[in-house]
Amino acid sequence: MSSNSFAYNEQSGGGEATELGQEATSTISPSGAFGLFSSDLKKNEDLKQMLESNKDSAKLDAMKRIVGMIAKGKNASELFPAVVKNVASKNIEIKKLVYVYLVRYAEEQQDLALLSISTFQRALKDPNQLIRASALRVLSSIRVPIIVPIMMLAIKEASADLSPYVRKNAAHAIQKLYSLDPEQKEMLIEVIEKLLKDKSTLVAGSVVMAFEEVCPDRIDLIHKNYRKLCNLLVDVEEWGQVVIIHMLTRYARTQFVSPWKEDDGLEDNEKNFYESDDEQKEKTDHKKKPYTMDPDHRLLIRNTKPLLQSRNAAVVMAVAQLYWHISPKSEVGIISKSLVRLLRSNREVQYIVLQNIATMSIQRKGMFEPYLKSFYVRSTDPTMIKTLKLEILTNLANEANISTLLREFQTYVKSQDKQFAAATIQTIGRCATNISEVTDTCLNGLVCLLSNRDEIVVAESVVVIKKLLQMQPVQHGEIIKHMAKLLDSITVPVARASILWLIGENCERVPKIAPDVLRKMAKSFTSEDDLVKLQILNLGAKLYLTNSKQTKLLTQYILNLGKYDQNYDIRDRTRFIRQLIVPNEKSGALSKYAKKIFLAQKPAPLLESPFKDRDHFQLGTLSHTLNTKATGYLELSNWPEVAPDPSVRNVEVIELAKEWTPAGKAKKENSAKKFYSESEEEEDSSDSSSDSESESESASGEQEEEGDSSEDSSEDTSSEHRSDSESASEVGDKRTAKKNSKSKGKSYSEDGEKENEKSKTSDSSSTDSSSEEESSSDSESVSESESEPESRKVAKENEKKKTKQDRNPLTKDVSLLDLDDFNPVSTPVALPTPALSPSLIADLEGLNLSTCSSVISVSTPVFVPVKTHVLLHRMSGRGLAAHYFFPRQPCIFGDKMVSVQITLNNTTDQKIENIHIGEKKLPMGMQMHVFNPIESLEPEGSITVSMGIDFCDSTQTASFQLCTKDDCFSVNIQPPVGELLLPVAMSEKDFKKEQGMLTGMNETSTVIIAAPQNFTPSVILQKVVNVANVGVVPSGQDNIHRFAAKTVHSGSLMLVTVELKEGSTAQLIINTERTVIGSVLLRELKPVLSQG
Amino acid sequence: MIHSLFLINCSGDIFLEKHWKSVVSQSVCDYFFEAQEKAADVENVPPVISTPHHYLISIHRDRLFFVSVIQTEVPPLFVIEFLHRVADTFQDYFGECSEAAIKDNVVIVYELLEEMLDNGFPLATESNILKELIKPPTILRSVVNSITGSSNVGDTLPTGQLSNIPWRRAGVKYTNNEAYFDVVEEIDAIIDKSGSTVFAEIQGVIDACIKLSGMPDLSLSFMNPRLLDDVSFHPCIRFKRWESERVLSFIPPDGNFRLISYRVSSQNLVAIPVYVKHSISFKENSSCGRFDITIGPKQNMGKTIEGITVTVHMPKVVLNMNLTPTQGSYTFDPVTKVLTWDVGKITPQKLPSLKGLVNLQSGAPKPEENPSLNIQFKIQQLAISGLKVNRLDMYGEKYKPFKGVKYVTKAGKFQVRT
Repeated sequence: MSSNSFAYNEQSGGGEATELGQEATSTISPSGAFGLFSSDLKKNEDLKQMLESNKDSAKLDAMKRIVGMIAKGKNASELFPAVVKNVASKNIEIKKLVYVYLVRYAEEQQDLALLSISTFQRALKDPNQLIRASALRVLSSIRVPIIVPIMMLAIKEASADLSPYVRKNAAHAIQKLYSLDPEQKEMLIEVIEKLLKDKSTLVAGSVVMAFEEVCPDRIDLIHKNYRKLCNLLVDVEEWGQVVIIHMLTRYARTQFVSPWKEDDGLEDNEKNFYESDDEQKEKTDHKKKPYTMDPDHRLLIRNTKPLLQSRNAAVVMAVAQLYWHISPKSEVGIISKSLVRLLRSNREVQYIVLQNIATMSIQRKGMFEPYLKSFYVRSTDPTMIKTLKLEILTNLANEANISTLLREFQTYVKSQDKQFAAATIQTIGRCATNISEVTDTCLNGLVCLLSNRDEIVVAESVVVIKKLLQMQPVQHGEIIKHMAKLLDSITVPVARASILWLIGENCERVPKIAPDVLRKMAKSFTSEDDLVKLQILNLGAKLYLTNSKQTKLLTQYILNLGKYDQNYDIRDRTRFIRQLIVPNEKSGALSKYAKKIFLAQKPAPLLESPFKDRDHFQLGTLSHTLNTKATGYLELSNWPEVAPDPSVRNVEVIELAKEWTPAGKAKKENSAKKFYSESEEEEDSSDSSSDSESESESASGEQEEEGDSSEDSSEDTSSEHRSDSESASEVGDKRTAKKNSKSKGKSYSEDGEKENEKSKTSDSSSTDSSSEEESSSDSESVSESESEPESRKVAKENEKKKTKQDRNPLTKDVSLLDLDDFNPVSTPVALPTPALSPSLIADLEGLNLSTCSSVISVSTPVFVPVKTHVLLHRMSGRGLAAHYFFPRQPCIFGDKMVSVQITLNNTTDQKIENIHIGEKKLPMGMQMHVFNPIESLEPEGSITVSMGIDFCDSTQTASFQLCTKDDCFSVNIQPPVGELLLPVAMSEKDFKKEQGMLTGMNETSTVIIAAPQNFTPSVILQKVVNVANVGVVPSGQDNIHRFAAKTVHSGSLMLVTVELKEGSTAQLIINTERTVIGSVLLRELKPVLSQG
Repeated sequence: MIHSLFLINCSGDIFLEKHWKSVVSQSVCDYFFEAQEKAADVENVPPVISTPHHYLISIHRDRLFFVSVIQTEVPPLFVIEFLHRVADTFQDYFGECSEAAIKDNVVIVYELLEEMLDNGFPLATESNILKELIKPPTILRSVVNSITGSSNVGDTLPTGQLSNIPWRRAGVKYTNNEAYFDVVEEIDAIIDKSGSTVFAEIQGVIDACIKLSGMPDLSLSFMNPRLLDDVSFHPCIRFKRWESERVLSFIPPDGNFRLISYRVSSQNLVAIPVYVKHSISFKENSSCGRFDITIGPKQNMGKTIEGITVTVHMPKVVLNMNLTPTQGSYTFDPVTKVLTWDVGKITPQKLPSLKGLVNLQSGAPKPEENPSLNIQFKIQQLAISGLKVNRLDMYGEKYKPFKGVKYVTKAGKFQVRT
C-alpha cells in the first residue's frame, strides 16, 4: 500500500504531497513496519527525492520518517549524502532532525560527515548564545577523529564564551572529545582547570562531571574551587549536585583528618586490623591532640544538609553517603529520616535505597531503629524488596524489639510467597544466634515449622535448625529425633543432607535411631541426590567408628554402592573413607586417628548478613549495588593521618583581593597577574586594560584568530578591521596606548569629572576602555564575592555581552548608565528579573538595595568565619551542648537584628524534649527573636536553629535561659564587635566623602608596627574581614586599604582605613559616629594586624 | 553516563532505541531478557544487571521497560531517577506513557530525548523548558501544522535554561489568573488480624496548578506547620525561609507540578477511618471455604468515605468464588486469582458486606495463610493529619489571583491482614 501512495506522491504536486506524506508516516509508524522489504530500496529513493525537493514540508516529512527508522534501529545510513545537504536548512525542525541523523551516522560515514563541519564552525560564531551552544553540541558529538583539532579549538573558544550556557556545553564537549581521543588529555585538563574557576551554577555540575571523567586524580585542581563549589551547591541543578557531592566526598577523604573517634565503631576497628603496629602507634600519638574540625570540612557538611530535602532521590542518596563517609558519627543520624522517606518511591528507588540502608544498619543499628516499622513487609511488595526489608529488620533486631519482630516474622512465614517465607526462616535463625535470649524461643518456633505443609518451608527450617544446633552443643535429642522422622517425608536434598549430617554429628546422643536411619538410607541410596549420598557416606563412617558392632555391615554395603556410583566425587569419597576407617595392612598410621578426624569439634557457622562485606564500597555507587568493582569506580581513600596543608584552599580570598585592586594599577602587579590571566581570561576580559593586555599576550601563543577576537571583545576599539599581519606591530603600539589610558584611568578614579572632559577630547578608544574599566570595576566590587547571587552575574554577563555586541557609541552610553542597575537590559533573549532567586540571601539583598540609599548599600559578606563559640557546654548542660556562630547574613527576623545560628547537640543516650528559650534577661532596648521550640532531639542528634538578636550596637551580653523539658540553663551571648556590622559596598569617592564628614571626634586612629610580610594586601584583607564583617572598598592606591560597614542597629557608617607607611608601620583609622564601637573595634583590630 | 536507552514492551519487543554515544547493539538486551525470564514476575526483575561489557539499569513503568546501558561507575539512583523523569515527561506530553503513544509520536520522543541528555548527562529535564523547546502535540495543533506547514519545534529559543530559575518559562500570560493547591494525604497502614494497627503513617503531597502571569512570588503558610515531620521540596522553594519561618516561599513553575511531599511521622497517632470485620476460613479436606467481610466507618471526622475498593489476592488453590455483596459489585479473575470488590460509599445505617463460598481445587492442601485485604478509599474535604493552609500571598505582580485549596484523604498502601 505504501509503495502505491508514494508512486502517487511523485506524480502529484507538492501541496498534496505534504498531506499524503504525513498520512503515510502516521499510518505506517505505529504498525512498525515500513511496507514490504522488497520495496525498501525504492522507498529510500523516494526519501531521497523528498529530501532534494525544495519544499520544506517534504523535507520535513522525509526527515521524520528517517528518524522513525533510526528509532526502530533500522539502517538508514545510505541516505547520508542526501540528508547531510540539509544541515544548513533554515527550518529549525529540519535542522534538528538532521542533527539527530548526523550524530547517529557520522561515525560510519566519516568523509561525508566532514561536509557538514563548516556549517557548525560558522554557527559557533553566531551572536545568539543558544545557536553557538547547539552547534558545539552537535560538532562535538560527531565522532570523526579527523576533526579533533577543530573540536579542541571550538572547546577552547567556547570555554571562554561570555554565556554560561555555552560554557556548560563546552564542559560536556570535553568528555566527548576525551572519549574520542584520549591523547588530548593534557590540553583538556587545562580547559577543565579554567572552567572549574567558573562561578556560574550552570557550569559547575557539567565541569565537575568532565573532571570526574577525564582527570579524577587531579585533586589539586579542586583546592582553589572547593569553597566556591560548596557555596554554589544549593543552586546548582539537581543532576549536577549529585556529581559534585560525590566528587567532594572523595576530596574530603583526602584532605581532612578523620572526625571519627578511635573507639567509635566497627569500621575503625577493621582499619586497625590491617595496619601494622607502628602505624597504629603513630596514629594514637596523633590522636592525643584534641580533634578540631577543619572549617572547610564543616562547610561542606553544613552546605549539603538542605539538599536532604530534595525531591530528587539521587541527590538525597548522594548527601546521605556524604554524611556517612565524612561527617562525625554523631551527625550521621539526620540522614535516616530522609532515606526512609525515599521508601515511598518507585520499586527501583526502594531497591537501591534499601540496599544502602542494609549496609548502614549493620554498622549502626541506632540510626534506623526509630524507623523499624517502616521496614515492615507488605504482601504486595515485590520479593526483592521483601527480602531486603527482612535483611534490615534482622540487622535492627535487638533485645528490646525482638519480641515484636518475631511476631511480625510469624506473619511472614505464612506468606504465600514461599521464597520470602524461606528467607524469613533464615532471618529467624540469625536473630536466634545474635540474641541469646530468644534462641530457645526461636528454636521451638522453627521446630513447629517442621510440621508445615510446605516443603520449602520445612527444608529451610531444617537447614537453619541444623546451624542453630551446631552452635549450641546442648542436648537437643528430642529435636533430632523429630527430624529423623522427617526423613520419611521430606524430599528436598539440602534438608535431607542436613538431617543426616546432624544425626551423624550427634550419633552418640541418639544411639538407637542413628543405625536405623542408616539402614533406611542404605535402602534408598541409589535414588538419592549426590548431596545426600555424600552425607550418607559420612553418616556411615561416623557410625562405623562409634558403633561398629551394629553398623559394620551396613556401612560396607554403602561403601560398595558408592564405589560404583556414576558420580566421581562420590566414588572418590568412598575410596577415601574406606581407606581411612577400614583397617587393613596398607592403611598406616592415619586410621588410628580416624575417629578424631571424623568426629572433631566443628566450629559453628557464623550466620552473617550478606551485606557485611559491602561496606568497603562507597555507598550509593553502582559498585555497592552490584557488590563488585564496576569499571571506573574510584576508591574512597582512607583519612590521611595528618591533614594536608589547608591553606591551599585559601586562594579565593587572595584572588578577590586582586580583583579589588584598582583598575589602573601600577605595572609591577602585572607579572603576578599574568600567572592567572590565561585562565581568568573570561572573567577579566572586560575588567581592565592591563588584563586584556596580558591576555592578548598569552593568547597570541595559541591562535592568531582567537587572540584577535578576544581583543576585540575586551576593547571596543575600531581596530576590528585591522589585518592579522598588522597585529604584531600593533601590539607594541597598543601597549603604549594602553599605558596612557591606564594613567588616565587612575586619574579618572581620583577625579572623575576632569577626566571625563579630558577623555572626550582624546581619541574614542581610550574613552571606551576607561569608562568600561570604571564601570566594570564598580559592578565587580558590588557583586564579586563568595555568595554572589547567580542572578546578578547573569545580568552582568549580559551587560558585558551587550558592550561587546553594540559597537555604536550611542548605545554604549546607555549601557554605561545601566551598569549600576541590576535589571537586565534588552539582550537577544528576554531574561526574567534576576533578583528572584531561590536563595534567600539574594532576596534580602534585593530588598536592601531598594530601600537603602545608593551610597549605603549592604553587600554580601566577604568572608564568613566559621569559628563557633560555646553557648552551653555538654557537661554543664547535662548532655545538651550548644554552640553559636554568626553567619553574617542579614537577619530575617528584623533588620536591626544580628542573626545568630545555634547548633544544639544531644550527647546523651536519651531524647531531649522540648528545647526552648525560657526567661530572657536583656539590657534595656535589646530585643531577641527566639527560635521555635524543638519538640525533641534524638540521641546523638544535632539541629541548627537561627535566631535574631538586636544588640543595640553595644557589646553587652544577652542573657537568657535555654530550657529543656526538665532543666533550665542560663546562657549568654556576647557579640564580638565585628559582628555588629554589616558590610557596605561603596565607591572610593563616596568613601572619601563620608570620611570627610566624620572627622574630629568621630575619628580614632592608632599606629601599628609589624613585619612587612603582614602588610601584603591579601593578608590585611583576610585579617580585617576575619575580625569584622566589613565590605571592601576598591582603592586607587596601593598603600591604602579601605573597608566600609554600617552598624546593624542604627545603620551608622563605620569606615576603616589601613594606610601603610614607610618601614614596617601602618596607620589604622576608624571613622564613625558611634565612637564607642569605633574604639572597641580599633582595640580589637590592632593586635590582629600587628600579629605575625 | 547514560550510553543508550531501549524501550521494551511487555511482550519483549524493543520498539525504540536511542544512543547518546556510539551505538550499542540491541543484543545487549538479551541479558535483560534472561533476567526477566528468571524473575518470573515483572516486579522482580532486578533494576541493575551486570553484563560482561555494560551495566543495564532498568525501570518498569506502565507495562514498559526502560532499559539504559551504562559503561562506567555511576550512582544507580541517578539513572533510575532520570528514567522516571523521562517517563513522566512522556506522560505529560502524550497523556499516557504507552507503547502506542510513543510510537505515534516517535519524532517528538526523539526530539525530547535529544534535549534531555547530552552525551549521557542530563541537560534539560524541567517540563517548562522542554515545552518551550518542543511543543506537546494536540489535535488542534496537528491540524494547524498540516495546513500551515509550521512545526512542533518552538521557534523561540528557550530562555529558562539560561536563567537561574530554570523551572519557569518567561513571558507567561493568562487572562484569568488562578492558583490551586491540592493537599492530598495518603494513609499507609498495616492492620493486623485483630484490628489493631501494626504500622500507620501519613504521606502527603501538595500538588499545585498555577496559572499566573508574569513572575509571581508566592508564599504559602500553614496553620500548623509543625505537623510536617519530613518534607521534600520542589527546587523552586526557598529552603532558608522554611527553616526559619516555616513558610513556603517560591516562584512557581507554570502549570501543574508537585510543590512538596511530606510525611507525618508514625509517632503521632494516625486516625484510621475504616474498620473491616472479616472471617475467611478454608475447611480441611473439603473443596470449599467461607468468605465474609464487612466494612464500617471509624474516626471519619463526620465525612463520608467514598470510592471504596477492596482487592484480595486469593491463594492459588482457589478455583472460583461465589459471593453476594449487599452493595456494589465484585469480580473474581480465576487466572490471576484477584478478587475486586467495588463498594462505593459507606452509609452508616447499612454497612456494606460481601459474603459467600469459596471453591477450592479438590485434593490440594488448604492454604496456609488467609489473604490480606488491600483497601482503597477516599475522603473529600479532609486532610487526615489536620494540616491546614493558612494563607497564600503573592508578591511581584499587581493583579489579584483567584486562589483555591482542596483537601483529600486517600488510602495509600492500606493493608488488612486476616
